[in-house]
Amino acid sequence: MVSIVLIGLFLLIQAVPSLLVDNINFFTSPEWSTGDVANLRFGIRDLLVVTILSSLVALVIAMPVAMGIALFLTHYLPPRVARPFAYVIDLLAAVPSIVFGLWGAKVLGPALEPLATFLNTKLSWFPLFSGNNVSLAGGGNIFTAGIVLSIMILPIITAVSREVFQQTPVMQIEGALALGATRWEMVRTTVLPFGRSGYIAGSMLGLGRALGETVAVLLILRSSPLPSSFSVFDGGYTFASKIASAAPEFSEPLSTGAYIAAGLVLFVFTFAVNALARYVAGRGKAKAS
Amino acid sequence: MTATLTDPNRPAQTPAFQKISGARQFKNYLAMSLMGLAFVVAVIPLVWLLVTVVVSGYEALVNADWWSKSLKGVLPEQFTGGVYHALYGSIVQAVVCAVIAVPIGILAAVYLVEYGNNSRFARITTFMVDILSGVPSIVAALFVFALWVTTLGFETSAFAVSLALVLLMLPVVVRSTEEMLRLVPDELREASYALGVPKWKTIVKIVLPTALSGIVTGVMLATARVMGETAPVLVLVGYSRSINFDVFGGNMASLPLLIYNELLNPEEAGQLRVWGAALTLILLIMFFNLVATLISRFSAIKTK
Amino acid sequence: MAKRFDIKDLNIYYGKFHAVNSVNLAVPPRNVTAFIGPSGCGKSTVLRSLNRMHEVIPGARVEGKVLLDGEDIYASNVDPVEVRRTIGMVFQRPNPFPTMSIKDNVVAGLRLAGVKNKKQLDDVAERSLRGANLWNEVKDRLDKPGGGLSGGQQQRLCIARAIAVQPDVLLMDEPCSALDPISTLAIEDLITELKKEYTIVIVTHNMQQAARVSDQTAFFNLLGVGQPGQLIEVDDTEKIFSNPSQKATEDYISGRFG
Repeated sequence: MVSIVLIGLFLLIQAVPSLLVDNINFFTSPEWSTGDVANLRFGIRDLLVVTILSSLVALVIAMPVAMGIALFLTHYLPPRVARPFAYVIDLLAAVPSIVFGLWGAKVLGPALEPLATFLNTKLSWFPLFSGNNVSLAGGGNIFTAGIVLSIMILPIITAVSREVFQQTPVMQIEGALALGATRWEMVRTTVLPFGRSGYIAGSMLGLGRALGETVAVLLILRSSPLPSSFSVFDGGYTFASKIASAAPEFSEPLSTGAYIAAGLVLFVFTFAVNALARYVAGRGKAKAS
Repeated sequence: MTATLTDPNRPAQTPAFQKISGARQFKNYLAMSLMGLAFVVAVIPLVWLLVTVVVSGYEALVNADWWSKSLKGVLPEQFTGGVYHALYGSIVQAVVCAVIAVPIGILAAVYLVEYGNNSRFARITTFMVDILSGVPSIVAALFVFALWVTTLGFETSAFAVSLALVLLMLPVVVRSTEEMLRLVPDELREASYALGVPKWKTIVKIVLPTALSGIVTGVMLATARVMGETAPVLVLVGYSRSINFDVFGGNMASLPLLIYNELLNPEEAGQLRVWGAALTLILLIMFFNLVATLISRFSAIKTK
Repeated sequence: MAKRFDIKDLNIYYGKFHAVNSVNLAVPPRNVTAFIGPSGCGKSTVLRSLNRMHEVIPGARVEGKVLLDGEDIYASNVDPVEVRRTIGMVFQRPNPFPTMSIKDNVVAGLRLAGVKNKKQLDDVAERSLRGANLWNEVKDRLDKPGGGLSGGQQQRLCIARAIAVQPDVLLMDEPCSALDPISTLAIEDLITELKKEYTIVIVTHNMQQAARVSDQTAFFNLLGVGQPGQLIEVDDTEKIFSNPSQKATEDYISGRFG
């Protein structure tokens, strides 16, 4: 179990030599060129932007949908019907990420192109919709990747939320119903306050998955020679997809070190998100008892 | 009140129940409809995806060569050859991973449930398992690369892939085993102690066999999960178009790696292979899931 | 406000299991009716069917009629939400909403009904808390969470919450079973006061309590394992406790079984 410390330590040890000879600022530069070992120039700004934007899109879509499904399964459908329905949602988790990537790149991306064009041109007053550093054709942008990620993280958020919503004390539910609450009012006054921290924790776990998802994003996002324009219609790389894209060329230790440095940042990032999720869940549990 | 009821001239009777307002009823139905809609929204991509994969890939699967031949010597535009080399790779890498991860995972779970007693070390272990379960597969792959290849100097191989998969499988095995062990009733343990059986023997002879089917189910599910992992194979092993039985050396194909490489093939035959391999991978994972479900259904833990 | 109940040939089922057999009972307004009987005899089930709370349990259904001032609460055009709005309920264990303050707990029902006027909510909160004999104990901490009160105070808070919506009937399901003797006494006093305005039906395991607070007592019993619960007899409380007409009632009251 010391593997966690080992992972961090190892990545750090191998990243340091490359970081020391990095000729530009590692955190603020959008540039990434590791071909010339004598002149390493790598910065993670754009990786960070693309990673965060795609995960945010995923979270914004998946959170409300997951809450709706979890409530529907726990407090609307009779248990006998809910079980097969829940199984269907769990099936989503069984689809491998490369298949999601394949479908996103070949089927969903092109299908979303008209919607993307509409948002990009007609609603460009919204900062995240304005600009694009790759062509909208084919849908190889953060928008498509985010939607695919949202489908991929839906099962985990739903599963965690379902579990906590299910545990709402019957006494409280009956208290609300006896006051003449409609079903929705009962959910709002008892289930949601009770399950809120669990729901947030589940969403954080989903966020952790989205941040680290590799191959689906790699297949969907188109690379761009231009720096990020902070739009969801950009292409580019996330931390994970950048590392995976360069994997066949991991021969030169110094340039490999640059990718390992990116991996380290991703590791710290997901570690923080997951630890936060545990903390929120633990606090919720303490409050409920 | 009763007097007015009998009064023939009384006005229309006031209703016993105050109708709930239309706005409240509307909100109630709206909320319910949105929840149902959320479910439909989630099912659409699932169905869409599965239908796409089946329709685009089944043609490849009906060919007998698909299951019995590799792509050795097959030209990009040729509609021949199969994925048996990749199927072999996927299964072998997952099995090697399971051989390493399952004993460690079960030992850790036994420690946590039977000996841990919520001690400091047990809590740290639980926390580590939680965090490990959140480690992205690409980071696990990178770690194994840094350790196995750069530091220890081994070449990339299927075994390196299995090592990375161990990191991903371990937390799943620990968690599910823990859950199953906790389901074993304490009366069973106490009955065994009462007969003078030492603790370790009680665990080996009583606790583990009782929980066995649940543990096996968890292992099958975990194995299915790691089979779909692509990041480790991208980083840790090269692609081969022919069969390689050597786990410790050389390139070895697997279904995800085959998909990734054939994607670069613009020919129609390449696309067919991509979708065919995707469908094969889904079927393989479904098979493991199905076996897991069957095991848990037909030999559920006897708690009563 | 107080209304009368007429229960006619009420049968209750959980799935295939016949839980309660053919209950006929009249509950007059401004009156306390106590349900007594051994565990599992269906008295709580009957009580819950009076405001359709049993519907919370999947598979539960009733046959027969429950008339509130002549209107069937099971009529097809009646929404269970309306029924529960009109017929309040207090549970075995106090169940204030843990995330709400004391005041918010009391006015929760009104808020649901769409009342937003702060003055009105404050007035109702005070009136209901006074009505539940709790005002003096909590008036200085209305904004504190309700979970911080003692068990007896929490139960009176729940009674305040139930009467804040001015129901026609109050149903109480063993309201004192989780309370100490002093809190029990406080609740019993409260019930005696509340019956001036409300029709009250109370389920209790405590026969002294039934004798102290109720005007009318209904005795339920089981004829055997797996058999449905039955209403054995209903009469004035005094008569039931002094001279019941059924042998089973007498046995139960004198402590010979149950």
